[in-house]
Amino acid sequence: MSFDIDAAFGIHPQALAVRARRAEVLAANIANADTPGYKARDLDFRAALAGASASMHVNATRLATTNPAHLAAASGELPDETLLYRTPSQPSIDGNTVDAQAEYSQFSQNALQYQASLTFLSNRIKNLLTAIRGD
Amino acid sequence: MALSNIFDIAGSALSAQSLRLNVTASNLANADSASSSTSQTYRARQPVFAALFDQSMKDGSAVGVQVRGIVESQAPLRAQYAPDSPLADKDGYIHMPNVNVVEEMANMISASRSYQSNVEIMNTSKQLLLRTLALGQ
Repeated sequence: MSFDIDAAFGIHPQALAVRARRAEVLAANIANADTPGYKARDLDFRAALAGASASMHVNATRLATTNPAHLAAASGELPDETLLYRTPSQPSIDGNTVDAQAEYSQFSQNALQYQASLTFLSNRIKNLLTAIRGD
Repeated sequence: MALSNIFDIAGSALSAQSLRLNVTASNLANADSASSSTSQTYRARQPVFAALFDQSMKDGSAVGVQVRGIVESQAPLRAQYAPDSPLADKDGYIHMPNVNVVEEMANMISASRSYQSNVEIMNTSKQLLLRTLALGQ
């Protein structure tokens, strides 16, 4: 019976990467809460996760590059088109569309979901360890 | 690693907000600094914030804040009739700065709240990173 450690972890590593990326985007929004003309951004989570899963699968079957002319496999970077602009609920007169309170709540929610993904992953690791040790 | 970028982003916001706090403190401290000519009078200053795009990210993400510069307010100075003041000009007027104290207090509170929230962002990211490091233990 073959064993695939990627399959054992499921979607959680990718989810963790997308959550971390989203935390970065939301932190940038909060950092620019007082910047004139800054437009708040956010990730399309569904598209970002789909893109991350696709690129992970590409990485799983790495291409051997024995010649500099060979094409490299796609990197683990998230696709660009998943980063969108937020629809402003209350734009200010200086062109800034950051709603700081909404961004805080999104950030804490995202941090919780990140911790949830971490918990899932750590449970999977504990299960694997139990299987390895057999005690 | 996306989570460690947050320290750069929130850190840039911390330095920008602390500079704003500095400028506000300077405005408030000089709110009553009179002088005998309009050219020597202190004028209220404001920092100009701008988004700092990370050139290495092709989609223009990972943005911090930078202070583009500090501009002086062009609002008219207050001329006050005080012939007894040693600073009075030949007509008996002294020139007071155009600092609006109420506006500066509001600015100060806004800057301090923004500073606090960015510190919170850093704390949360630190906890998430630490928990990630402890994964599988």
